[in-house]
Amino acid sequence: MLKPALLLAAASLALQPAAARTITVQPGADAQERLQTALIDAKPGDRVQLAAGRFTLADGLSLDVANVTVAGAGADKTILDFTGQKGEGEGLLITSGDVLVRDLAVENAKGNGIKSKGSDGISFVNLRVEWTGGPKSTNGAYGVYPVSSKHVLIDNVYVKGASDAGIYVGQSSQIIVRNSKAEGNVAGIEIENSYNADVFDNVATGNTGGILVFDLPDLPQQGGHSIRLFKNQVIGNNHPNFAGVGNIVANVPPGTGVMVMANRDVHVFDNDIRDNGGNAVMLVAYQNKFTDKAYNPLPRGIAVRGNRYAGNGTAPAFPGGKEIAGALGGTLPPVMWDGVTGFTVPGGAAATADGGILVNDGPMVNLNLKTQGSPPTAARPELATSFAMQTLPEPPMVVLPAAQEARARGK
Amino acid sequence: MKRAAILAALLLIGASPAREVDGARLLADEAAPVLSAYRLFADTAGRVPAPGVVRYTLNTPLFSDHAEKFRYVWLPAGTSATYTPKGVLEFPVGTTIVKSFAYPADFRAPDKDIRIIETRLLVRRTAGWVPLSYVWNAAQTEAVLKRAGVRVPVAYVDAAGTAKQLDYAVPNINQCKQCHQQDGAAVPIGPTAGNLNGGLDGNGESQLATWAATGKLTGLPAAPPRLARWDDSAAPIADRARAYLDVNCGHCHSPAGFASNSGLYLQHDEPDPAHQGIGKRPVAAGRGSGGLLFAIAPGDPDASILVHRMASNEPGVMMPQFGRTVTHDEGVELVRAYVAELK
Repeated sequence: MLKPALLLAAASLALQPAAARTITVQPGADAQERLQTALIDAKPGDRVQLAAGRFTLADGLSLDVANVTVAGAGADKTILDFTGQKGEGEGLLITSGDVLVRDLAVENAKGNGIKSKGSDGISFVNLRVEWTGGPKSTNGAYGVYPVSSKHVLIDNVYVKGASDAGIYVGQSSQIIVRNSKAEGNVAGIEIENSYNADVFDNVATGNTGGILVFDLPDLPQQGGHSIRLFKNQVIGNNHPNFAGVGNIVANVPPGTGVMVMANRDVHVFDNDIRDNGGNAVMLVAYQNKFTDKAYNPLPRGIAVRGNRYAGNGTAPAFPGGKEIAGALGGTLPPVMWDGVTGFTVPGGAAATADGGILVNDGPMVNLNLKTQGSPPTAARPELATSFAMQTLPEPPMVVLPAAQEARARGK
Repeated sequence: MKRAAILAALLLIGASPAREVDGARLLADEAAPVLSAYRLFADTAGRVPAPGVVRYTLNTPLFSDHAEKFRYVWLPAGTSATYTPKGVLEFPVGTTIVKSFAYPADFRAPDKDIRIIETRLLVRRTAGWVPLSYVWNAAQTEAVLKRAGVRVPVAYVDAAGTAKQLDYAVPNINQCKQCHQQDGAAVPIGPTAGNLNGGLDGNGESQLATWAATGKLTGLPAAPPRLARWDDSAAPIADRARAYLDVNCGHCHSPAGFASNSGLYLQHDEPDPAHQGIGKRPVAAGRGSGGLLFAIAPGDPDASILVHRMASNEPGVMMPQFGRTVTHDEGVELVRAYVAELK
């Protein structure tokens, strides 16, 4: 039996081999093969250093080696250019853990910009992911896209032009998104089917919807919960929706600041939410029919408090929005809740929300739809200055492993 | 029939004296830089399998840009595979699965002027399966290890007499692993009991029975499952289409595969209609949805995302994401017919 100290030493040796190398890759001829070879040859502990310049790439790149840093010379200096991409669904795909991608840009990926699948310990730091022709339905879906991942850090990332979500975290847990900017995407930042996320100090502007927290049925990880959105600037998200019809974000009305759909224990606080033509904050149930018996379509345990609102609600773009605004004096109040508190478990019994709604920075309009699946025509809007169904403890702060944070702070 | 003729011809040519496969070289940590190092073939052109290297065919194969495929398996002497009803057979350490991708100059004469593009290996080492790809030279005298992938221009005349060109993509080693992984470990895809339960080239006794009779397979039950042949016009459309989807999509679209997060599971025996895609809304399809609402809209192939993505050649839309650069029209037609008859 090894003593704990020895075990620890062995573990740290495994993570940081003495012979950690830097593999430098220059742009130029055969960049595709040289860069992909470096990503295959890298050993745990290595750094793949991309020199400044434009790497012209015809296929997606991928990394499947744990504990590797992929670094450029800066988000404006090292550019992975996928304009001529002929194959693959991503610009850069990561399928290993303890990976840090930093200081580079991904342009015009045909599918997603940078994706991680099944990574434990994945950090995206100082990145730019951009579709340079501006918002278009032919742009790739997601800019930065960790999915089925754990211990996710997105720090100082800029995404522009994604035809779905700029920053999209799906089916993941222990997530921090901070200091980042999402501009001109359909959804700026989207947290979907995820557990324990802190989203703070970000800017979401010029998107169709600023920050979304969704939960969808029929997926391996669902029942999203424990999300905190705070100290974000959610400003002027009024872009026409350019997502492909059929995708869930195609249902996001232009002018949406923050939108929570389904999920439990989501706290939205201390944000600046301004100049969004529709709802500054929208709380809704999943509206489509579903057959998944394990799915809960309700938003519950939601707190909206202490946000600063200005200039929202002047141009509602969703069906019935103008009428509701008209009935309430011309503009929508900052917060709208669909008022759905019950649903039918497919093939089973009726169920009710296992957590309430708290809004202390309203006014809020409650549409009183009551039951999941009710048509918007059944709405009976009711205004409340504040609303508290129950007190709600704030989800715990997300703390990533110290080594992951330290590595992200380094060079 | 035609392949049997090729083989007979090649065996007659049979240039060099038969040498044993180098099992130790296959198991070595560092892959050999050239394919010939393993002595899997008796000839330099990679067409005549060495003694003990057994050719096999599948009821329903993966579509790979119309490439002809030659499949072989080698088991170390004295070892055998163990039958498993679901998933790939349990192969012993040392097993090597070999697949060559080739194009005849003219598909109207498929036995002539065959050019092998690459030969892929899956080697069962002690720690697990390792994928390797070797790319053949123009003279067809040697194949070299290519780990980062490469594009190879290919020209051929198709079965209708039309000249075709494509930008064949040899996968990089990460792409190999992407398709071949289940729960993070690489595994073979093709040689399942169901897919081997048919005659070689579709003729004669089941290959499972042949393997069992020659001691290469143990534990074979009296009535093993059988995966439908995708091109068997006598079989029900649904069985053929679901076999096709299983083989072409199900390696990623499974609860343990790369596309697990989609919730779309295309195994031929997936019981849940929503996971099969029926009435299932997209999750992260992005523009791949093509403006459609459901993976499979029963009765309406034109409204089904699955059909739309199979019919596309555009990166970011097309499915599979790699492994093909052109559309498999016959496969699309089959899946269209399947969706059309769903209610």
